Amino acid sequence: MQIKESSKIYDAVIVGSGAGGGMATKILSEAGLNIAVVEAGPHFDPANPDQQTQMKWPWESPRRGANTQRTFGDFDALYGGWDIPGEPYTRKDGTKFDWFRARMLGGRTNHWGRISLRFSERDFKHKDVDGLGDNWPIGYEDVKPYYDKVDKLIGLFGSKENLPNEPDGFFLPPPKPRLHELFYIKGARKSNIPVIPSRMSMLTKKINPERGVCFYCGQCNRSCSAYADFSAGSCLIFPAQKNGGQIDLYNNAMVREVLTNSEGKATGISYIDKADRKEYTLRAKVVVLAASACSSARILLNSKSPQHPNGLGNSGNTVGKYLHDSTGSGRSAFVPDLVNRKMYNEDGVGGMHVYTPWWLDNKKLDFPRGYHIEVWGGMGMPNYGFGFNANEYNKFFGLKVGGYGNSLRSDVKKYYGSVVGFGGRGESIAMEDNYCEIDPSVVDQFGIPVLRFHYNWSDFERKQAKHMHETFDELIHNMGGEALSAAPGADREYGLEAPGRIIHEVGTTRMGNDPKTSVVNQFQQLHDANNVFIVDAGPFVSQADKNPTWTILALSWRTCDYIVEQLKMQNI
Amino acid sequence: MDRRESIKSLFIGAAAGGLALASCQPEISAEAQEAMATGATNYGRTPEEDAQIAALHAQQFFTPHELESLAILTALILPENEDFPSAASVGVPDFIEFMAKDYPAFQTPIRGGLMWLDHISNRRFGLEFKKLEPAQQHEILEEIAYPDLAVSEGARPLEVRFFSLMRNLTLTGYYTTETGIKDLGYQGNMPNVWDGVPQEVLDQHGMAYEEAWLAKCIDQKTRGNIASWDEQGNLLT
Repeated sequence: MQIKESSKIYDAVIVGSGAGGGMATKILSEAGLNIAVVEAGPHFDPANPDQQTQMKWPWESPRRGANTQRTFGDFDALYGGWDIPGEPYTRKDGTKFDWFRARMLGGRTNHWGRISLRFSERDFKHKDVDGLGDNWPIGYEDVKPYYDKVDKLIGLFGSKENLPNEPDGFFLPPPKPRLHELFYIKGARKSNIPVIPSRMSMLTKKINPERGVCFYCGQCNRSCSAYADFSAGSCLIFPAQKNGGQIDLYNNAMVREVLTNSEGKATGISYIDKADRKEYTLRAKVVVLAASACSSARILLNSKSPQHPNGLGNSGNTVGKYLHDSTGSGRSAFVPDLVNRKMYNEDGVGGMHVYTPWWLDNKKLDFPRGYHIEVWGGMGMPNYGFGFNANEYNKFFGLKVGGYGNSLRSDVKKYYGSVVGFGGRGESIAMEDNYCEIDPSVVDQFGIPVLRFHYNWSDFERKQAKHMHETFDELIHNMGGEALSAAPGADREYGLEAPGRIIHEVGTTRMGNDPKTSVVNQFQQLHDANNVFIVDAGPFVSQADKNPTWTILALSWRTCDYIVEQLKMQNI
Repeated sequence: MDRRESIKSLFIGAAAGGLALASCQPEISAEAQEAMATGATNYGRTPEEDAQIAALHAQQFFTPHELESLAILTALILPENEDFPSAASVGVPDFIEFMAKDYPAFQTPIRGGLMWLDHISNRRFGLEFKKLEPAQQHEILEEIAYPDLAVSEGARPLEVRFFSLMRNLTLTGYYTTETGIKDLGYQGNMPNVWDGVPQEVLDQHGMAYEEAWLAKCIDQKTRGNIASWDEQGNLLT
């Protein structure tokens, strides 16, 4: 097979179009660079009526939104999922890791929770506190200017709270709490558990003439057709195109490897066009990987050459290692004071209006890192699953459960909106022995060797999950609720979700000053090839109990400023 | 500002995004009914997804007898009342037919459960379930409609599990129709401006907003103003 080469030389080729790649597209194109963006999935625009799921009704889906076709249900915006036909991955030694991949322009930002949190100084230097993991080579002051710029460019709501571990930013005002959130606040206060307005990237106010303002349909996971929430396509890539950026978008293009020359520098990438199944190359002065932490690690490990026999960037054997995801565990409760509700529209923004940041001192606890608590509930739009076990909560009143006939109609109404749920999302410790690597025995449908995962939780995470459930029990008690399940015990790792399930996987190409123990430097530049950069969550040294997206965006911007400067100085 | 006005003002910013939500309101039912009748979809499917849905529509799983039995059973589970029709008359049997193809694990429990119903009906009354008198149908349902919660779901008798599944699918099928949503009273999936829980609802539940919290929240009169901040991050607009 002949590989088709393009004669054009781009200033930069960007692999992936999610948060990191979208930001790189915007910053590099607006600096006047001529760029290619290579995305493994199709084009997607939430304002395209052919692709829009926002404001659709359940009956428009023959399965009423069930998740038999799309992982998070028919109306979720995401193309991709835990298992993609023809693109397997494997696991090692009986360990578990579930890998969620997007295949679309904008990637996972099209359906994410929009929880937009800054890392604090402690988050960047947590080894100084407890001796575990590693410090980042940068601190909050290095990233703060970029967090500030991201806030103003993309927009998020929140409130100034002056909490040392939850740095404030440039916030739009938050929406008022909903009824179940008022119950949560009241319950949490009884145990001195703090609750503050959420920090999420939906526009409660205009930030520029191009993007709309939230109209409170609660459907951000469907991606907003008014561009009132943050998705990489609608907020970064499309504006960059409209601003006249020199951007060639390659959709349905599966990147195989980074190509290097005899000096070991990158010359471009090769990809397989999914339409004709032929291999192509793109040439560029700079390669920016933003394919997601594990996909970028895979591309590097598959980029073997005489100069990089162990894979590109892997001279220190660090690529793929220190993979870590947020911990996660949840519970829900029936709250008798929330029965027989009056009906009104409380869709609000998609997700929570309030949350609990980590509030305790780990020195006084038997686990090292914290977690935050997310809250859900309310009278949401019925979808597949609504009405299942309709009158199960009769058991809390000593009434019969089950039956048939018109009494079911009043049962359904009685219990509508009476359940409140909690999700704990915590920090795990990055471990060298949790990793992804190439599985030499398995190939995907594009002829590319696949990833194999090895991942175990430790007692650090298990004890943290146990604490989450003790907190949930206390909250449920304070709210006068009835837990819908018992706290999971040691036999179920205290309800810890399998690694990967929270979809915050980071750390596979970590940042550091020492090429023997890290893959990129503080500017996310490969130690082994100075014209290759990584702007997804691979460079994260640790991930805090914060959702990674806002930090991906800030660091991508910082790296792109550095790329532009280095190109001007002709250093790369 | 009346409600119509406030909704209109919502779309000033939305126009740039090509949003035409006004058309999503009352007319949708005719389109949706047509979609359900023809199998065509209009909710953002990829071509591959549409093809998969069309392929499922092209198959037939339940026999005419089974579909008639499903119509009787779903109407017994959720009969009509003064204001709303039965589950059977808003297409719930067709929804169950689709789900049986879309999620094949449903096929055997439903088909076998319907067969069990006919078996017990024949044995007891000498007729298939669909031909029984309502009182006879109720007699059978009384025996299978109340699960023993002390027994775990998977360990309950097959006929109890079957009926629980049918009740779940019937209710979910009903409450995800336009009729069911009207019956439920769900008010959302409409552009609006969320400005807190209505006072009478707060009163009903003995709740109140804290002044300090409200002071942080959006003043919805300013939602159209373009945000700007001072250097400390204090919002100026």
